[in-house]
Amino acid sequence: MCSLGVFPAPVTAAQTLFERNNELLSALHPGEHSQACDLPSPQFTRDTLKGHSRPESSSRSVFLDQRDTLWMRSAGAWRDAGLYGLLDEITNSAEEVPRFLAVGSACVLALLRWASSFHGSLFPHLTLSSDEMVAEFSQMLDWSDSALRSFAWHPHTDKFAVALLDDSIKIYKSNSSPTPTLKHRCQRSVCALQWKPLCGSALAVACQSCLLIWHVDPASLSTRPSSGCAQVLSHPGHSPITSIAWSPTGSLLVSASPVDTSMMVWDVAAESAVPLQRVGGGGVTYLSWSPDGSRLLAATPSALFRVWETRMWTCERWPCLKGSCQSACWSPDGGCLLLSMQGERVIYALTFSDLTGINNTYSSPVTACQLLLILKGFSSLSALLNISVGGEVCSLSWDPRGERLAVLLKGRADNHPSVIAVFKTRSSPVFELLPCGFVMGEAGAEPRFMQFHPHFQHGALLTVCWSDGRISHVPFYFSSAGLLGGDSPQQALASNTTNPSSNKLYTEQIS
Amino acid sequence: AKFTFLDLFNGIVHPKCKFSQHLTLLIINYFQTIMTFLITVTYQNTHTSKNVDIQTFDFHQIVFEAEKMYEMCLCETKFSSIFFQVVIWRAVASIAWSVLLLPVTTAVFVLLSRFSLFHPIQWISDCTSLLTASSTIFSLVVLCGVVLITGFFNLEFYTLVPSIPCSRMALLGTVLHPRQCVHSLVYCTMGMLVMWCASVTIGGRYSTLGTPCRQSESGEVVTCLNEYHLFLLLAGAFMGYSHSFLGVVQNMYYVSFQPIQQYKYPRFKGCLPMVVKCSVIQALYSARNFAALYFFFGYVPKTWISSTLNLQIDSSLQPLDSLTGLLDFSLLYHLSISGAFLYLTWYLTVLLFRIYVTEAYSFPVQSTFTEDAEQCLPKVLAEKNTLVMKFLALQDLALLSQHSLSRRLEVFNLSQPGGHPHNWNAISGECLCLLSELTQRLVAHQDAVASNGRVKSQSASSDTRSASSSSSVLTAPFTPDVDSPFSSPAIRRLVGQQDPHSPWSGTVQSPHIMRRGPKLWSASTVSSSVAGEKGSSRFSVIPLHGLETPVNSCSCHTLNCSAQVKSFLAKRVLIMYLFNKLPEASSQALFADSQAHIWALQGLSHLVAASFSEDQFGVVQTTLPNILSCLVVLLEAVDRHFKLPHASSKPVRTLCSMGDSTYKTLRFALRAALKTAIYKITTTFGEHLNAVNISTEHRKRLQQFLEFKE
Repeated sequence: MCSLGVFPAPVTAAQTLFERNNELLSALHPGEHSQACDLPSPQFTRDTLKGHSRPESSSRSVFLDQRDTLWMRSAGAWRDAGLYGLLDEITNSAEEVPRFLAVGSACVLALLRWASSFHGSLFPHLTLSSDEMVAEFSQMLDWSDSALRSFAWHPHTDKFAVALLDDSIKIYKSNSSPTPTLKHRCQRSVCALQWKPLCGSALAVACQSCLLIWHVDPASLSTRPSSGCAQVLSHPGHSPITSIAWSPTGSLLVSASPVDTSMMVWDVAAESAVPLQRVGGGGVTYLSWSPDGSRLLAATPSALFRVWETRMWTCERWPCLKGSCQSACWSPDGGCLLLSMQGERVIYALTFSDLTGINNTYSSPVTACQLLLILKGFSSLSALLNISVGGEVCSLSWDPRGERLAVLLKGRADNHPSVIAVFKTRSSPVFELLPCGFVMGEAGAEPRFMQFHPHFQHGALLTVCWSDGRISHVPFYFSSAGLLGGDSPQQALASNTTNPSSNKLYTEQIS
Repeated sequence: AKFTFLDLFNGIVHPKCKFSQHLTLLIINYFQTIMTFLITVTYQNTHTSKNVDIQTFDFHQIVFEAEKMYEMCLCETKFSSIFFQVVIWRAVASIAWSVLLLPVTTAVFVLLSRFSLFHPIQWISDCTSLLTASSTIFSLVVLCGVVLITGFFNLEFYTLVPSIPCSRMALLGTVLHPRQCVHSLVYCTMGMLVMWCASVTIGGRYSTLGTPCRQSESGEVVTCLNEYHLFLLLAGAFMGYSHSFLGVVQNMYYVSFQPIQQYKYPRFKGCLPMVVKCSVIQALYSARNFAALYFFFGYVPKTWISSTLNLQIDSSLQPLDSLTGLLDFSLLYHLSISGAFLYLTWYLTVLLFRIYVTEAYSFPVQSTFTEDAEQCLPKVLAEKNTLVMKFLALQDLALLSQHSLSRRLEVFNLSQPGGHPHNWNAISGECLCLLSELTQRLVAHQDAVASNGRVKSQSASSDTRSASSSSSVLTAPFTPDVDSPFSSPAIRRLVGQQDPHSPWSGTVQSPHIMRRGPKLWSASTVSSSVAGEKGSSRFSVIPLHGLETPVNSCSCHTLNCSAQVKSFLAKRVLIMYLFNKLPEASSQALFADSQAHIWALQGLSHLVAASFSEDQFGVVQTTLPNILSCLVVLLEAVDRHFKLPHASSKPVRTLCSMGDSTYKTLRFALRAALKTAIYKITTTFGEHLNAVNISTEHRKRLQQFLEFKE
């Protein structure tokens, strides 16, 4: 149990710049100048971006109402809204159709509505509209209101992609090369982005109706890659897609939709999908692949999540105590999974003790899912501003070296903003969490989304998307405790990814 | 060594399963008796001409002859013991499961066929009594026979490398091939059998072919033809033929491997809705087509049957080959569900066979006993004759390189006396051999395309070809090309450069090479004989028999004539249509067996990446320059291939068909796998790659990968 009161409170409410000597320094600190890293930090405001807020059907109001024949209207209704639309149309035009048809369709419609309301009472998320569902299950806080829709670092280079309110995606690189803007007809309501590992160019985009794979040539100078560079992957009944995850080897892509009980495992190049169906839970909202590629977390909208092992694709069910799984992150060696539940101020930890793919705590799942941390209480940040923080855990992010854990705490309306709390973590010899501090934005800005840079050389780098449309980078400078100082980061990365057993063995010997 | 059938078949039986062992031994004994009898009969037939008295041979000698014959078969190693253990056993298991599923599907069919909305209790009781009736049991036995034959055909016809016809003529040739004709005939018969069972099960007006009826003028009772029964039987034959035909067109017998591993039961469960949907849709299409066909030509079989069987045609009933007769809801419903039942039986057998065959098999990397050495991964990888074993071994290699630490360590291990890295050398050598063979194939194709300038002519004429009448455009499809039957000698020389010692030059050579066999204006008898010989091999497309002209006498005359013949033929629209190359077919054919290459790439790259931390003796380092240069050369070849017209165009996705169309996108998968493999190695080794001894151009290319600029 950990109270937020023990966190070192920042002196002022100014923007946090970086961490040095175990101290988070803000912009107003004397003698500190601005950003130390040369990464682009663009800002987008809502007014410059015009969203596709109007749906297709609203353009109908512009035109004069013209009565088609019943056949035309029925065909149109069938095309637009399926069986529901057809029945609705027939019921509404009762004077044109035979009486028995109108009555019959009304009865069928009532029956269908009753059945779907029953279904919806089992799985309440099914009653949401497509956009609401994306907003509900997106990792971006306050998705529908934000100028930034999604964000993703490239796993190997200093390059990131940002999805914006106007359904375009911009790609920024560290040097001042052109920033390509990606637009596609199918690219609506982007919910998640992820770059393909072990590839320089491929970016997967989870859209409302389909999955897009952009191939953006890194050597190209073009600022508007044509839509021919994008592959469209779609499967009937599998939309809106709210989460995607590439396997760490880059060979497979898994996509999930809250509506579809099966998640799709795509062989992207071959454009073929294998559905993996499990009915319980009513859909899949969030996916996260462990860094060593052996396991995959799949959260459902109900109080249930699954951990798949990726060798034979079998899964373990983990019925949660209450609430659905909101966010999760894996430790760099894939042996530990941190989870946060909806509506709880708690972080749970799941440890997988061995590396062969069998979880030895399989028989008693609930006891194995240990309560790692309860973020209790409120920390009064600044007596002058009268701000207090603390709340439901919305998002978790662990840096690739396993040294810093960032936790996004949801706020409330009155002087109770969302905030990012950062912990120092250590996995050996025993798992430890030490408070590090709060990451603050500029005045009035709340954090919406955060992600660690996958390979920052001098420690860890947290990228935060703020509510005012700014993207900022907060470096944490530290020398890695688990590794020798002389090691090149590449080697550290290699030993982390290819041989997770080495660290593990050492700790096992000790314990 | 003395050799008996029992020894041969003992290999099939799983040693741990005692019951199945006894059962199989029983069956084998039975088969042995039958085989001996057959051999005796054959012996009699072949030796009567020589006036040899059969009685002088004693029984043992005959058995000895049979053994010699089988040993010869074994020498061809077509049926090595490991092949028996894996593939035959799996096929038998899949057939057994299909037979076990048959009562379930039959029960569902019975329930649906007798469905009545207003009498549910009567419906249920009718169905239960019907299910236990003797006629249903007999139908089940017949259906079991059908399933067994289907399973046998699956085993006989399945292919891991699809045959891709490059023109419509080649497709036509495949459909008219004798082997395919036999297949169609058998499937027509099986369709009729299943439909007969279905009509007996449905009962009522469908049950028998002849019904008693009263003649209108005389009033006496005679046997009339039951047109409903005939209608269903003919529908079965039609569906059987369409299944067989679509099997060729959609490559139904192509077995593809899934990108992920699953246990058999979850996979079956996941595929079942798709199979049911496919069979229903296919049945609806077939019912529509058959109804149309019967409407126009239905009187032909009807009159024929009634005249041969001396059955009267009941004139009081509405004839079915009329609009009012066909618009019978109950008839169409029964036709559709019987069709769905028919297709479901076949599709389930195919599905189970696919699931069983593509299941991963774990080969030992090295064995402690020398007699098991044939079953080890390096030996099976080098397998030339049974493609399926090679594929399974490559799949196993890709899996072990990613998932199994202990087996990777075995690969990197040194041999115990001597200290040589035999395992790694054999595995990496085989993978590199595969990849370089693909490179050679691609380079040969590119040279062939570049040398006759087909790129230019095709890009200019691709869309105007049908409309325009200019001669240059019209001759475009007849320009020499390796894949067309109009190959020029220069191309043939290029093709001849294919390394005959490459591992793929045996009977399992990829289809596109064989397709170069038939040549219309070939001047040598040798090439045509080679074509004939290759045409008989398993995975080939049939040579165009009708077009082979006797040209060996005067090659010069042929050359003179060819231009005239070309211009003559080019004016015939039908011939143009038949001989036009299908776009992207040659590209698909080049990469038809690329699943093997993809696994080789995955296995190699993961092993090399793992060697960075796991290889204690440094055995991988010695082959690293070879591997890197091989990958880069292949990448260049693949890049150049994708610059050819039609190579990078995506195929149209078929929505619901049982045929597997993954082979159409294998080239994209190969390109992605190749890039990922190089990235895997470069990200793992990083700056250390500068110490590897490779040429400067290759180093430049790898530098691009190090900077993530590919």
